[in-house]
Amino acid sequence: MTVGTWVTLAALGAFHGLNPAMGWLFAVARGLQERSRTALLRSLPPIAAGHLASVGIVAALVTATRSVTASTILAVAGGVLLVGFGLWRLLSERHFRWAGMRMSAAQLAGWSFLMSSAHGAGLMLLPVLVHEPTAGGHAGHLSAAPMGALPGLAAAGVHTVAMLGTALVVAVLVYQVFGVGVLRRAWFNVDRLWAGVLVAAGVVTLIRA
Amino acid sequence: MARWTPDPTFYPSPGEAVNAPAEKLAYVAAFDRTATRPDAIVVLDTDPDSPDYGRVVGWTDLPHLGDELHHFGWNACSSALCPTAPHPHVERRYLIVPGLRSSRIHVIDTQPDPRQPQVVKVIGPEELAKRAGYSRPHTVHCGPDGIYVSALGGADGAEGPGGIAILDHTTFEVRGAWEADRGPQFLAYDMWWHLTQDVLVTSEWGTPSMIEDGIIGELLLGRRYGHAIHFWDLAKRRHVQRVDLGDQYQMPLELRPAHDPTKSYGFVGVVISVEDLSASIWLWHRDGDVWAVTKVIDIPAEPAEPADLPDLLKPFGAVPPLVTDIDLSVDDRFLYVSCWGTGELRQYDVSDPLHPVLRGSVHLGGIVRRTAHPSAPDEALAGGPQMVEVSRDGRRVYVSNSLYGAWDDQFYPDGVGAWLAKLDVDVEAGGLTPDVRFFPHGDEFRGLRVHQTRLQGGDASSDSYCFP
Repeated sequence: MTVGTWVTLAALGAFHGLNPAMGWLFAVARGLQERSRTALLRSLPPIAAGHLASVGIVAALVTATRSVTASTILAVAGGVLLVGFGLWRLLSERHFRWAGMRMSAAQLAGWSFLMSSAHGAGLMLLPVLVHEPTAGGHAGHLSAAPMGALPGLAAAGVHTVAMLGTALVVAVLVYQVFGVGVLRRAWFNVDRLWAGVLVAAGVVTLIRA
Repeated sequence: MARWTPDPTFYPSPGEAVNAPAEKLAYVAAFDRTATRPDAIVVLDTDPDSPDYGRVVGWTDLPHLGDELHHFGWNACSSALCPTAPHPHVERRYLIVPGLRSSRIHVIDTQPDPRQPQVVKVIGPEELAKRAGYSRPHTVHCGPDGIYVSALGGADGAEGPGGIAILDHTTFEVRGAWEADRGPQFLAYDMWWHLTQDVLVTSEWGTPSMIEDGIIGELLLGRRYGHAIHFWDLAKRRHVQRVDLGDQYQMPLELRPAHDPTKSYGFVGVVISVEDLSASIWLWHRDGDVWAVTKVIDIPAEPAEPADLPDLLKPFGAVPPLVTDIDLSVDDRFLYVSCWGTGELRQYDVSDPLHPVLRGSVHLGGIVRRTAHPSAPDEALAGGPQMVEVSRDGRRVYVSNSLYGAWDDQFYPDGVGAWLAKLDVDVEAGGLTPDVRFFPHGDEFRGLRVHQTRLQGGDASSDSYCFP
């Protein structure tokens, strides 16, 4: 993968980390409930783990199947999926609900997994992943699939580290410096932007296919 | 439509909400006891700098007759900032207005002209019955994931069990009954929650036949009305614990949990003790792993001449206080207690919730006293402070005088009238003073009785906060 690819993956990670709905707000809430920064910090790894699982599944599938399938089909299908999902996110006002406020670390990871999946977090990496050269020289062989998934997992890892770092910075800033009052002023509608990014990613994928 | 920035009336914490700007308008549920004219949402001007201050400035008739409006609420509120299901870009815009007698639920849009709300949807009783199995919708709370509506009765004429129906946030369709497992709960009335602790609390009144034609003396003395509150797992929607106050304590109605999401207590008002006609306020709190209640306020009945009393009370020779509503200021400092029978609004300092201290009291109306309002000192008032609503900053308290059609007629047989008063609060020392400029009454309400008040932008019983 090129430097540009890694930067893009990290930038998307930062974008995901910035979104209050992806978990940092939950971490702040838990920190404030227990009046403890440690509670905040302890909440972020499970949230990142859930996000990694959601993004990682998509990324691994894409890079693994790219080893065995024609890239154009994947790109077109992925692009259509992205545009469709983006439009659905844009037009749908339904909100995902899974559990209450009191969760164990495992439940929190599960919540994050579902939240990321429902928002199509992994799909957003498609335009980056489908245009990477296939792994090794074993393209066309099913036995290459497990190895082919590795670049996808690496990509998901880099993405998640960036996501976690951003979420950490934002959560600590809100907790220690700004206070939750900042939510009223600074919480612009990320959902709309998110949907727009999904559509844009789909269009880019289709154009390049 | 979703907004680009959060609704400015949403606040992440009660501490922030206390600094909210003062309401410019109030919405009041008004109903026609004879069911020959439509009930209405009445709009009052609450801006002291306005020439119409204290006057009716808007009026929205409902499309049907006989609804008997009682409680109502907003479609969305500060709970939309909660992290589990955040959607801060919805608007606090629609009033969800149930008809307690008709079982119709009205969706009323307060935009674009907040003084002229428009009815945009009516959910028929058949939809509530079919989808949720309930009737007689009562309390409305804007949850993070939907609109919660408690209901007193069962579907298709069934007396119960009452419970909670969930409405979709955006389409306002009835999604279904909330309860996954109701345990021993049968009677219903109010519900509220400790949102961040996944705890929901419900209270008990009576089944439809026990209330709709007036209070039934034999049932009351037979201790058959509700006398317990219930705790639920809000996330799993399961009954957790029933706490009985004792069957002499009839009708625990209004539930007011602490607004501070880190606190685990709340207040419930009990209308009457059948042993001495007193009213009481109880505190629920944790006791180890379980919930417990402690009586923290006792308000005795006042002796009276039987000749001055309605038939129901003549044998007792006393006026019961009849605590029918309570409200807790957003800073959790003052608890307001309506004594509808004796015609008094009490203000308690509940900074130490186990040991409330009486700080203020205002008399208006009352079964025997009939205390006049200072701005109309020659008009004896019927009814008493009943529904009480506190502004977010805690500086203003609004009271209206009707309880429930059939019950008004029993306790005020010569007519309950219609009036609404505003009281100013001394937030430092405590204490209450009626505002002589704010007393809409009589013909201003066109013959309708006035019940709950909701303040524009939210009030002390409308919002829940996820951040301390």
